[in-house]
Amino acid sequence: MSLAFPFSAIVGQDTMKQALILTAIDPGLGGVLVFGDRGTGKSTAVRALAALLPPISAVKGCPVNSERPEDCPDWATVPDTDLVERPTPVVDLPLGVTEDRVTGALDIERALTRGEKAFEPGLLARANRGYLYIDEVNLLEDHIVDLLLDVAQSGINAVEREGLSIRHPARFVLVGSGNPEEGELRPQLLDRFGLSVEVASPTDIDERIEVVRRRDAFDMDREGFTAKWQPEDAKIRKAILAGRKALRELEATDAILRDCATLAVALGADGLRGELTLLRAARALAAYQGDKAISRDHLTAVAPLALSHRLRRDPLDEAGSTTRVTRTVAETFG
Amino acid sequence: MTTGADTARTQRALAALAVDPGGLKGLTFRARMGPARQAFETTLGKLPGPQHRIHPAITDDQLFGGLNIAASLAEGRPIRDAGLADQSSTLVLTMAERTPSGLAARLAQLLDADHGHALILLDEAASAEEGAPQALLDRLAFHIEPPEAATPVRLPAAADLDAARKRLSRVQVPADALPQLVTLAARFGIHSLRAPSLALRAARALAALDAEMTITEDHLQEAAELVYPSRATMMPAEAEDETPPDAPEADQSDNAEENGDQSLTDLPDDILVSAIAALLPPDILDRLAAKSTRPANAAGSGAGDRRRGNRRGRPLPSRPGRPSAQARIDPIATLRAAAPWQTLRRTGRNADRALLILPSDIRIKRFEDRSDRLLIFTVDASGSAAVARLAEAKGAVELMLAQAYARRDQVALLAFRGTGTETLLPPTRSLVQAKRRLASLPGGGGTPLASGLMAAGDLAHLARGRGLTPMLVLLTDGRANVPLSGEPDRAAANDDATRLASSLRQQGLSGVLVDTSNRPTDAARTVAATLGARYLALPRADAHGISTAVTTALEA
Repeated sequence: MSLAFPFSAIVGQDTMKQALILTAIDPGLGGVLVFGDRGTGKSTAVRALAALLPPISAVKGCPVNSERPEDCPDWATVPDTDLVERPTPVVDLPLGVTEDRVTGALDIERALTRGEKAFEPGLLARANRGYLYIDEVNLLEDHIVDLLLDVAQSGINAVEREGLSIRHPARFVLVGSGNPEEGELRPQLLDRFGLSVEVASPTDIDERIEVVRRRDAFDMDREGFTAKWQPEDAKIRKAILAGRKALRELEATDAILRDCATLAVALGADGLRGELTLLRAARALAAYQGDKAISRDHLTAVAPLALSHRLRRDPLDEAGSTTRVTRTVAETFG
Repeated sequence: MTTGADTARTQRALAALAVDPGGLKGLTFRARMGPARQAFETTLGKLPGPQHRIHPAITDDQLFGGLNIAASLAEGRPIRDAGLADQSSTLVLTMAERTPSGLAARLAQLLDADHGHALILLDEAASAEEGAPQALLDRLAFHIEPPEAATPVRLPAAADLDAARKRLSRVQVPADALPQLVTLAARFGIHSLRAPSLALRAARALAALDAEMTITEDHLQEAAELVYPSRATMMPAEAEDETPPDAPEADQSDNAEENGDQSLTDLPDDILVSAIAALLPPDILDRLAAKSTRPANAAGSGAGDRRRGNRRGRPLPSRPGRPSAQARIDPIATLRAAAPWQTLRRTGRNADRALLILPSDIRIKRFEDRSDRLLIFTVDASGSAAVARLAEAKGAVELMLAQAYARRDQVALLAFRGTGTETLLPPTRSLVQAKRRLASLPGGGGTPLASGLMAAGDLAHLARGRGLTPMLVLLTDGRANVPLSGEPDRAAANDDATRLASSLRQQGLSGVLVDTSNRPTDAARTVAATLGARYLALPRADAHGISTAVTTALEA
């Protein structure tokens, strides 16, 4: 596999980077949706994330990356009980993927050659405890979307086909990217993403120059460029690890809970999921920044991420939903 | 712009692509079939490296590889086919204007993966609205629109290309080349950052071709001329009265001073700008307009426009066919097709095999997945004539519902009057429910056309999410006089209505506008034009008339 562009070398796009880091700190946030113009570095950021994430320890040879030997599914005969470090899985879900590849299916080769009924795990198994990345998520075929919706919600992949009856954990952070001009996302799928980010090309000439300069430097000398940014990446990785530890100690005070609820009501966000995500995201941000308590500043910073895709559509508001959230936050916290 | 210069540019573009296929990603050649295209294709064949021709209907199996069922059956073990995209090659996509967005996304991902693939789009679009998908155009470095006359396109000798390729990584980039390319892109309103990146790579390839070790200003200009014109979204403003380009220019000279002698700043930006401006297609503004009004493509969003799939829906009889990722094999039908031949086939070395299935036996499952249509009747219930019009609309709704069972249509009815819109009938297929709901329907008051359109838009959005194909039937005289705010104000009302109508058009909501005024006027015609809807003047239509007219209009 070719080297990925270093995460810390991405110029600008701070909201997108922040959202991705927040999911690395609290995988329970429920994923990130990155929507924006062509050529703004959406896929670059996600692929860079894979190289940035701290490794996980998993049972050697376990198809679902189990943390402990007793968690290994019984259909997979895992001989080892050794734990090995492996990179956090970031699994690509290509658009043309078949149902079998996603959920896993009967291992045809073994069935044909050895006459055994064995399960061949799919992408969902590989993505357990990691990331599932869908580029151009708005173009994904409907029947695959239906599959994902169910698994993303329950964290369990149940396969009932070809005489197999198998279930295995499939808890992953769903990351989707796409260009809204090419089609909208179903509200049900939209809802599964905890955070959403709108990205645009930078308008500042100097920033644009820097983007092209770094990209060019990377293309010309991949190893050298990656090595140069390694220390920066390591810094972020450390902050993520520290953030994960700090997460448990951050309490949600009544005042913060009230703020979350007030915001969600003021924006008319559907359901309670918005408030929950808002709280979790604010906590993850506080943990990442090393703060001792969740404050309104954290809420203000993550509110557009957590709420902008849960608003009711307003066809006449050309400012976009992120602006609406920012405006309402400013009004509410006044 | 002379033919000779055009051909020269085409030659340079192709030569640059031959030097750095993986970096420049490819080109778009936009021309109808003719001598120019033939000349181009002849040269294309001479490009180094493996080349594959693909077409818009190519399956994922062919492109990315998959199980080869025929060979697997013959061998008795699974055999996978390599896809065309498995090894780095130049893919030539014919009829690129017909590329579905799914394929475009796959190819875009392939290009992004940096495996050294290049893509050449042969675009035969007939009008400005047609064209290869933007997702691909943005990634490919060059865009060529040749003149009619055929002039042979020549490539440099293979040995020269090889030498240039070796030189490529050692070509130096002067410090201010990048700022210049980026500023230039900004002045033409090119937002994507891929453009300056590609221009830089093109300049590098061109320098390598000319056996230069440093990119010169000529290369920069040439690269910009090759990459930018097709992407420009505006004519550059004059440098004097424009502040943003000035600021970075000042910056550039700072950089140049810091970096000492290698200065390109004596090349005035304006020469570059006018050089590119001269290459912009003459009808650029019309094209931009055409692009912005193109309705959004709703494929894959859950909208069920595709009428026949082979994965879900009502099963149809199985058909012989080639298995692929998009198709499912029907095992029972396949076995049934193979059964009569077993005795005949069991000869020689096959004698010990239990079951002999040949590729010709394979039957593919087919399903018919008809997406339901949702007809959104949006009725103007304002003013005195409302009562009659509403009665007609109600009649039409009932008539259409009566046919709905056979046609799998759903119907909804919205009425707007006074200051807002009422949903009289949520999307339904039930005639009984409709009749009950429609029994009482008040009329009178102002004409909040904008509010009606907004409600229709919301309903259409919901319907799309549920896999319906919404269509709008708007009965109005088009004389809006209540804006969204509810305060009577004719100008604001028209304004709101126009904005909403164009927003509905953007969503790709098709439909009919039935003009119900006594003397058809321009007001309704304008609304219909903004909506992109078909216009029908039916001053005194009865329920049957409306129903028939709407049905024919929507079918057409």
